[in-house]
Amino acid sequence: MISPLPLVAALGRHALGLTAALGDYALFTAESFRSALRTRRLGRRFLRSIYEQGALCLPVILIVGAFTGLVLGLQGYYVLNRFGSQGLLGALVALSLVREMAPVLAALMLVGQAGSALAAELGIQRNSEQIVALETMGVNSHGYLVAPRLLAALVVFPLQTALFVAVGLWGGSISGSLLLGVEDGVYWSAVERAIEFADVRECFWKAATFGLLTMSVCAYYGFNAHRCHGATGARAVSTSTTRAVVLSSIVVLAADYVITSFLV
Amino acid sequence: MTPASDFLLRVEDLHKCFGEQPVLTGVTLDVPRGSVFSVLGPSGAGKSVLLKCVAGVEVPDRGRISFDGRPLASENPAADADFRRRCSFLFQSNALFDSLTALENVALPLEQTTDLPERDIRARSLEALRQLELDRFADRHPGQLSGGMQKRLALARAIVTRPELVFFDEPTAGLDPLRRNAVFAMIARYQRQFGFTALVVTHDVPEALLVSDRVALLEHGRIGFCGAPAEFSASADPRVAEFRDSPAALERALTGIRAGEIPNRDEP
Repeated sequence: MISPLPLVAALGRHALGLTAALGDYALFTAESFRSALRTRRLGRRFLRSIYEQGALCLPVILIVGAFTGLVLGLQGYYVLNRFGSQGLLGALVALSLVREMAPVLAALMLVGQAGSALAAELGIQRNSEQIVALETMGVNSHGYLVAPRLLAALVVFPLQTALFVAVGLWGGSISGSLLLGVEDGVYWSAVERAIEFADVRECFWKAATFGLLTMSVCAYYGFNAHRCHGATGARAVSTSTTRAVVLSSIVVLAADYVITSFLV
Repeated sequence: MTPASDFLLRVEDLHKCFGEQPVLTGVTLDVPRGSVFSVLGPSGAGKSVLLKCVAGVEVPDRGRISFDGRPLASENPAADADFRRRCSFLFQSNALFDSLTALENVALPLEQTTDLPERDIRARSLEALRQLELDRFADRHPGQLSGGMQKRLALARAIVTRPELVFFDEPTAGLDPLRRNAVFAMIARYQRQFGFTALVVTHDVPEALLVSDRVALLEHGRIGFCGAPAEFSASADPRVAEFRDSPAALERALTGIRAGEIPNRDEP
């Protein structure tokens, strides 16, 4: 009979490894926030991070937001038309965007652009000894490199999500009013009646949580690129960046489910 | 005998392993204040690891490091912070921030470790650039500078905090002979000008002997020799002789090949 012990041992090793990695990530994030308090001239780097995550990612948010609204308008109209409720198109588009699609899609777009850039930049800085150089100068590398990015994410993700919602609603109105003949006033009044404060609060909660989780995961992978298993140099940077983007995307969807189940 | 207070840095019985591989196996050395101290040794001897252990980048497994008479240890953060304020590290790769200009690179340690006003930081950074003859390139990024200028920029960043001890990790790695001479001349010149203590790790023997006050030979994770350059040149120790006379050994090996005699590998 084959002994189950090796299988149990392998499972145990994986479980311990996962627990250690989660603990390491939690300590990394906590140290980044703690060191923010002791970092000099944080404001300048915070504004630079706002620019990187905000202004540089604006085009992708506008484009994806507009197309999401256009598609929601089209699909929503054909579904509602079956029940003779085209007047509720504005409500459908608004609630879909605010409660679910805007925070998730905006976060995924920001992971693709700002998150991957962050992981790659930190990975290269690790590779070229820039992070070690900071430590030898007595500069806290978490405070200097990571903290401003995490603080900026807490501000930028909700703002980008709000912009995504605004552009998406406009896209929905183009589909509904201009292309399919729903009255413009009917569309916008349905939007106004549908959205409640609780929906907006949930939207911002989600956006801020996604921002913190995704940027910290990307920073963690880039910062620790030298610890990437089975890869060194440029390969370690590319592997770390890929893992950061994939894991961040999964984290967004998993956290979305958890937050929704608590807030609904 | 030199009094203990004349040593800025003391390393005693330092050990470091990476996995099962021992790299440092009991390194002991004393670096006199205000001197250029070079650690020589073949590639893979553990020179850079020794430097990183001393600078606090790597954590040694065992041993004792004292700076200015105070032991450095993770449980003594005040001494550790004081040490970091008073020393600088010049990396083999220069480790310059390529997204920052030359001026911003030099200003970085002052911005992040002092409460000096912006105006003073700028003045001191420009002064460091001027001393290294780089003030005309203050607005350039490191990628727009030549290899030698990048090395000088890294040195400007290292000295802008007015350190007492500067670590040089293979400062001439990958440079041609002319640039190698220029870098060693730069180390000697600025060490005299600013008065810092320099701990240099290199395998360029002739150049190191010319600029150093003391040299040590690191071999198989231990210090095999430590003394003045003249003592190193005159030493009959076979380990020193083998490393010091490696160009002559190459010449002997090439003599037979040039004469058309291909040596039999199996013969000793």
